[in-house]
Amino acid sequence: MKEINLTVNNQPYRLSVPPRRTLLEVIREDLGLTGTKEGCGLGECGACTVLMDGQAINSCLVLAAEADGKQITTVEGLASGDKLHPIQQAFVDHGGLQCGFCTPGMIMSAKALLDKNPTPTEEEIKQGITGNLCRCTGYTKIIESIKAAAENMGGK
Amino acid sequence: MAELSVIGQRVPRVDAWEKVTGQAKYAADYSLPDMLWCKLLRSPYPHARILNIDTSKAKKLPGVRGIVTGKDFGGWSWGWMPATRDETPLAVDKVRYMAEAVAGVAAVDEDTAEQAAGLIKVEYEELPGVFDPEEAMKDGAPKVHDYVKNNISVEYHWNFGDVDKAFAESHIVREDRFRTARATHGYLEPPAILAYYDPTGYITVWASKQSPYFHYRHLAACFKVPLSRVRVIQPFIGGGFGGTKNDSLAGDFCAVLLSKMTGRPVKYIESMEEELATSRRRHSVIVYSKMGVTKDGLLKAIQHRVVADGGGYTAIGPLSMYLNGFMTTLPYKLPHFKFDAYRVFTNNPIGAAMRGHGVTHTRFAAEIQMEMLAEELGIDPVEMRMRNAIDNPKPGEIYETINKVTLKTCGLKQAIKEAVEDPLWRDRDKLPKKEGAISWGTGISGSSYSGGARQMGHQACAAIIRLCEDGTVNLITGATDCGQGSDTVLCMIAAEELGIKLDDVAIKRVDTAYTPVDPGSYGSRVTILAGQATQKAAREVKKQLLETAAANWQVKPEDIEIRLGEVFVKSDPEKKMPFIRLARIACYSGTGAVIMGTGYSSYGIEHLDLTNGIGNGGCSYSFTAHTARVGVDMETGQITTTDFTIASDCGRLLSPVQAEGQIEGGAIQGLGQALYEDFIMDRGKTLNPTFLDYKMPHALDVPNIKLIDIVTDDPFGPFGAKETSEGSIVSAPPAVVSAIHDATGIWFKELPVTPEKVVKALKEKK
Ligand code: FES
Ligand code: FES
Repeated sequence: MKEINLTVNNQPYRLSVPPRRTLLEVIREDLGLTGTKEGCGLGECGACTVLMDGQAINSCLVLAAEADGKQITTVEGLASGDKLHPIQQAFVDHGGLQCGFCTPGMIMSAKALLDKNPTPTEEEIKQGITGNLCRCTGYTKIIESIKAAAENMGGK
Repeated sequence: MAELSVIGQRVPRVDAWEKVTGQAKYAADYSLPDMLWCKLLRSPYPHARILNIDTSKAKKLPGVRGIVTGKDFGGWSWGWMPATRDETPLAVDKVRYMAEAVAGVAAVDEDTAEQAAGLIKVEYEELPGVFDPEEAMKDGAPKVHDYVKNNISVEYHWNFGDVDKAFAESHIVREDRFRTARATHGYLEPPAILAYYDPTGYITVWASKQSPYFHYRHLAACFKVPLSRVRVIQPFIGGGFGGTKNDSLAGDFCAVLLSKMTGRPVKYIESMEEELATSRRRHSVIVYSKMGVTKDGLLKAIQHRVVADGGGYTAIGPLSMYLNGFMTTLPYKLPHFKFDAYRVFTNNPIGAAMRGHGVTHTRFAAEIQMEMLAEELGIDPVEMRMRNAIDNPKPGEIYETINKVTLKTCGLKQAIKEAVEDPLWRDRDKLPKKEGAISWGTGISGSSYSGGARQMGHQACAAIIRLCEDGTVNLITGATDCGQGSDTVLCMIAAEELGIKLDDVAIKRVDTAYTPVDPGSYGSRVTILAGQATQKAAREVKKQLLETAAANWQVKPEDIEIRLGEVFVKSDPEKKMPFIRLARIACYSGTGAVIMGTGYSSYGIEHLDLTNGIGNGGCSYSFTAHTARVGVDMETGQITTTDFTIASDCGRLLSPVQAEGQIEGGAIQGLGQALYEDFIMDRGKTLNPTFLDYKMPHALDVPNIKLIDIVTDDPFGPFGAKETSEGSIVSAPPAVVSAIHDATGIWFKELPVTPEKVVKALKEKK
């Protein structure tokens, strides 16, 4: 067991975790934040994407111990009260989701992208979400949603 | 049609908020106190007799609470038809495909369960396997099941018209062999279940099922409890696309039985690797296609002999094979048609349903072969299609195919016209043909798919609408939204019919204890059938409300109109009140007035002869014309798809954002099948059971998609709606393959068209 301290959605946590526990397991099972999804568990689908110190990472590949001292943001940390984050709102308005299973990870990848590059080209958007699979939408409306979010956030 | 207020509006999904905030709960997100975890032990052989299972070591592992093997299910088996009940929850005497489940363990945590599963010792006697369906049909091939001859799990032989005569009269006849890939659904949510068998004999499960009522029947039958004591509570579903999530799985049965044995809730989540290695995937089908045409390119006859790899069990195979054939008489006029279908048992994973079910294979073959014939005849591919396309029947008239499929509307010609007027096709010769190593090409295809699928037996589809005293309503259906957006569409239909705002309609997930029985989501049936049921339920509520208002104002019910939450007298608009007030009056009048409406669908209940392929497999049919532009790297064989233009007659789009998303998603899933997706098998073993190696399209692979709506108003669909997405998954592969031919001069007849195949074919061509 290892003692770790981490901040998730601005809440500090102190946990003692077995050495092989992943950050995804900590988020979903220990903290009960089930918005972050497990698709493949192998770093191949992006459903488990969260931000760690602002970087989009596959939380299924990161050991909880590696998150010691880090700032984590999950999909639950985006909206303020009833007000959706502009990226979430754009996904709602532009049909950027269907089954919704890829959506939390997709939105976190979009956030990491727009935080770094507020005015991405279409190609850069595609690059930004290339680690996130979506089987339902064919991506078209996801790309449109991210474009609209960038515009609404004043990127253009 | 009267002016519409809600239908046709670009509204967000009703579940969008929950999904973007991470609040939507999927099966794996549910937990109960004291819950155990289940893991399965799977077979390392594709075909082997089980001689003995020794669980003693596993039982002793601290934390293990229960172990089940095939025998514990008391010989119960299930299947799609009484004659095909060939599958048991866990393998009993023998395993028939690699990774078939043989035992289940419940333990205090997932790791312990997994470790315990590894401690179970199974003694196998390996049997010779058979992995190719054509080999499996031969005399002397290893037998997968003893109850059939030559491993033939399903066969159909249909003969409409006189193909021999038609071929003899044809100007050219071609014969080609086509093959479709071993493709799978590729949803991101692996199957999961949380099960509780409570001591009083009730089973409650939260399971990722797109046909929750199939599961409810399976559990009732397997555990011998009344249906009224089986409660399948439906979480959000992370994608379905048919097959696996329509059916019940080993993990489901084990979780329930282990819960019964231990008295504790049991949770099972399949790993993606297990899912990809065992999913009830699309059949891989060999199509021997023979097609004859006149000098002018008119279709005379098609003869298809199809051989499908059925894998170890029958599952939904009888329907798959029917679907391989019955729509071959669409979307072109076809006077003679012969169909011989064989679904063959092999020691591969089970072949089953997937979006575009059945038609993907035979339409791919027919579409490509028709273009090959056009090429031989020197007829333009568009002209070839226009000459053969079925005309749109005049209102009130019906077009009937030779196998008695009936169309009330057909927008194919219009779709082709508009697709080829689009710059992608119109200006294709103005675009570069060659740039460095890249050769560019443009292709076209046509397709049709049925909506409102029917099947023999339980076709029930109902809706209940309950009015609340504050003017909002609850919509209760047994229909499943597994991501396609049907909850939104059904709410829109209810709002439109009642004259209220979309926000005032609430819908919840299926719960078999409360919602009406329904076959679930497949065959594009929900919008059409549950949509009609919803329409009827809403009309019943409205009727009661109009009577109340009429009594209140001393006018006739037909003089009153309700629109967007306002109730008024048509001839005297001064007489009006908000809907909420009318609701209150209605709910409070008399003693305990309960305003409810019920409705059930009545479309498509005429006789269907599945075995002989006669009649309608659906209520209405979509039509699609699809153009594609690809660039082929003539050195590496890499293919880039830059553009799709898809003109679809999906009837009226009730919820355009949702419908577009369906068409786009179907087309990209089809692109995957055209270029990337295939399970690589080695003697029954799946060599690529991961998303890294089973390649689905990523964001960078997708073309620009332009959609064109062809609106026909089909009388057999609520507000004239038809299906969406199955047409575009069927049209994508032939459009892409036609474009590849334009770029390379080569016809590819086997999917997917991988770079290796391209390089090899280019070498051979030289
Ligand atoms: S679950 Fe982490 S990448 Fe798939
Ligand atoms: S919305 Fe279903 S996987 Fe993306």
